Amino acid sequence: MKREDIILTTKQFLSEEFEVDAALILPDNNLQQTLDLDSLDYVDLVVVIEENLGIKPTAEDFKTIETFNDFYDLVEQRLNA
Amino acid sequence: MEHRVVITGIGAYSCLGENLDTVLESLRLGRSGVIYDEQRKDFGYRSCFTGMVAEPDLNPFLSRRQRIGMHQPARFAFMSTKQAMEGSGLDADFLDKTETGIIFGNDSTAGAVVETVDKVRAKKNTTLIGSGDIFQNMNSTVNMNLSTIYKLKGMNFTISAACSSGSHSIGMGYLLIKQGLQERVVCGGAQEINNYAMASFDGLGAFSVRDADPSMASRPFDRDRDGLVPSGGAATVIIESLESALKRNAPIYGEIVGFGFSSNGDHISNPNFDGQFRSLSMALKQADLTPNDIDYVNAHATSTPIGDSTEAEAIFNVLGSKVPVSSTKSMTGHECWMAGASEVVYSLLMMNNDFIAPNINFENPDEHSEKINIIPSYKEQNIDCFLSNSFGFGGTNSSLIIKKYKK
Repeated sequence: MKREDIILTTKQFLSEEFEVDAALILPDNNLQQTLDLDSLDYVDLVVVIEENLGIKPTAEDFKTIETFNDFYDLVEQRLNA
Repeated sequence: MEHRVVITGIGAYSCLGENLDTVLESLRLGRSGVIYDEQRKDFGYRSCFTGMVAEPDLNPFLSRRQRIGMHQPARFAFMSTKQAMEGSGLDADFLDKTETGIIFGNDSTAGAVVETVDKVRAKKNTTLIGSGDIFQNMNSTVNMNLSTIYKLKGMNFTISAACSSGSHSIGMGYLLIKQGLQERVVCGGAQEINNYAMASFDGLGAFSVRDADPSMASRPFDRDRDGLVPSGGAATVIIESLESALKRNAPIYGEIVGFGFSSNGDHISNPNFDGQFRSLSMALKQADLTPNDIDYVNAHATSTPIGDSTEAEAIFNVLGSKVPVSSTKSMTGHECWMAGASEVVYSLLMMNNDFIAPNINFENPDEHSEKINIIPSYKEQNIDCFLSNSFGFGGTNSSLIIKKYKK
């Protein structure tokens, strides 16, 4: 999957699941703050990522993710591994 | 010091209507909420009759995080509680600053549990169940969701007492307020409607299989009854100390004056005359009333052959042959965990609008029901005081007596 496709897909499923405006999901924005995630929401985040991108990030992975760009890097790396 | 306990909020999300105006109209008209659900046949049900309510759309009212832990019992209960809160003049700001308890009746979460198990069987990974299912799966789902949504700060637990759950929830709230331990309690009952919830009950052969109009299947006290019709939804009854109600100028729908209860200590599913007799007698004694003071009995009668006969004998032996009796289950079917609360709501609507809702489909009495005064069609009548019975599996019995509020 190309990076632009990852971005497009991610914007769609995250805005639907977490009920946020897709326009706010910008590469340099903070993922946790933009999606307003609490500790329980991270479980649902894993569910939708697995459903839509076929990978299952761990709690350790999320420690390295601040922005959406960080997330796209992780997805690219896992999909192309 | 004992406190008088009044009812200051009611709501219903029922097969008779999804708001109080529609429910009132159905009660007056004797309109059934029972349907024939064809897909139950394919699922393996013996009986396809059921009361039915629509899945409510909660998106306009609740956030994703608030909705995600809710399955049918909590969703239905939110709808009835929203009505009761609004009618009672209670808002989130007031509730956040005061002490209000919640004691709701619920005794299953079968639909939610099956869906969760299906997910983990498919994914073979518990993380992929998601975060909401645990709050849907637990039997206290209504309590944990509503107490969070409404920021309730008082007593908070669930009553699981089979088909008496809703009635016991009101009785338990009544005792707490009467003793001065709570000022206000949100009570009620919720009942899921889905294939998973009632399959094992259907398997007992307890449901009606009359091959006729669905509205004629539930026929409590009638000689030709052949079983109950399952149903569901939710009902909410907000109860409060009289002092608190007057202080905030709340509407008062009635005053709870008696709560009788008993356990049969006998068979797990068969009713028991002695247990019902003791529950009715205790309610009357506690209310310090005589049988002549009761203007109406909302019977538990579910349309099963043995259950209705036993209750008819208990009513006859405690209250005599003259008191008007009807079972609103003739229209709703058996709302199970919800029934004790919904039938208080239905009876309050009758008391506040001067009529008795009909026991529809009562065409011929049997040797037991001929002893009591069953009202088969709409009747205009003043009600100052009514008694509502609820009896459940395991022999758990509850009888509430509610009067018109007088200073």
